[in-house]
Amino acid sequence: MAESIEITPEMRAQIGVESGPWPYEVTATGVRAFARGVGYTDPVYYDPAAARAAGYQHLPAPPCYLGTPAFLPGHSDPVFSTQPGADPRPRYGLTQVLDGSTETVYERPLLAGENLVGRHRLVDMHVKQSRTLGAMLVVTSEIRFCGDAGEVVARERSQRIFY
Amino acid sequence: MPELATLAVGDELPPITRTLDRLQLVLYAAGSGDFNPLHYDPDFPQARQIGDNIVFGRLKYAALGQLVSDWLGHRGFIRRISASYRGMDRRGQPFTCRGRVTALRKKRGQCIVELELWTEGSDGRRTTEGTAEVALPLCDSG
Repeated sequence: MAESIEITPEMRAQIGVESGPWPYEVTATGVRAFARGVGYTDPVYYDPAAARAAGYQHLPAPPCYLGTPAFLPGHSDPVFSTQPGADPRPRYGLTQVLDGSTETVYERPLLAGENLVGRHRLVDMHVKQSRTLGAMLVVTSEIRFCGDAGEVVARERSQRIFY
Repeated sequence: MPELATLAVGDELPPITRTLDRLQLVLYAAGSGDFNPLHYDPDFPQARQIGDNIVFGRLKYAALGQLVSDWLGHRGFIRRISASYRGMDRRGQPFTCRGRVTALRKKRGQCIVELELWTEGSDGRRTTEGTAEVALPLCDSG
């Protein structure tokens, strides 16, 4: 348990810096895998014919699924599969991580067959004291997702807790 | 599917109760790309410290998304959905996803529905709290 955590000027300098673009793919296989992982039984997320009958051209992305980040060995995080720079854990030497919160704002529905581009930005960092976990570093970040024409299709803001 | 003509503040969404075994947690890891062993490896130090594997926060978030999706029956568009993870849910312990209509308003031919969402353990304690905003076509009750 960490007694205290110092946010160094070097860490603070990361706030506001936007990453380069990273591909996020919304594929039929990805939609099915996510729906299965959550436990959906709704055929619209599995069967293109059911999706068409519900008014979609392709399988729709279930809520909270923004595509799968392309995995590139040596660049992507080997455990979380996140794009480079989206997980500050190794840099700060804290080993344990929990999700704190997640919020997604959509501009339009997402469908299988879309190739999105995500850009990650660190929004805030602060230290919080927990009775059970000790000092925790709370990191807020945002990923801005764009479609083919560069239009913003969704924004996901999340808080992760490192301790 | 919500009956638009009678939709009212206070309406509850049909709840979903989930009990996730290790297989389901592994399926979510595969579907999401999050392979944090905390959620499926009983020998992972953080899991030992906590006492068991715990459900992914984001799985609870997505399960609240499922609650809204099942309720909508593909008739509306989820514009915003959020969750904050207040407490841990352990592998094999049931939790229930619930939601309630908190506000309704008309905007450009659509009905904007605000929802309060949460998960609760079998003791009723809320382990996740969130909100969502949904756009439904042609609201009669606004």
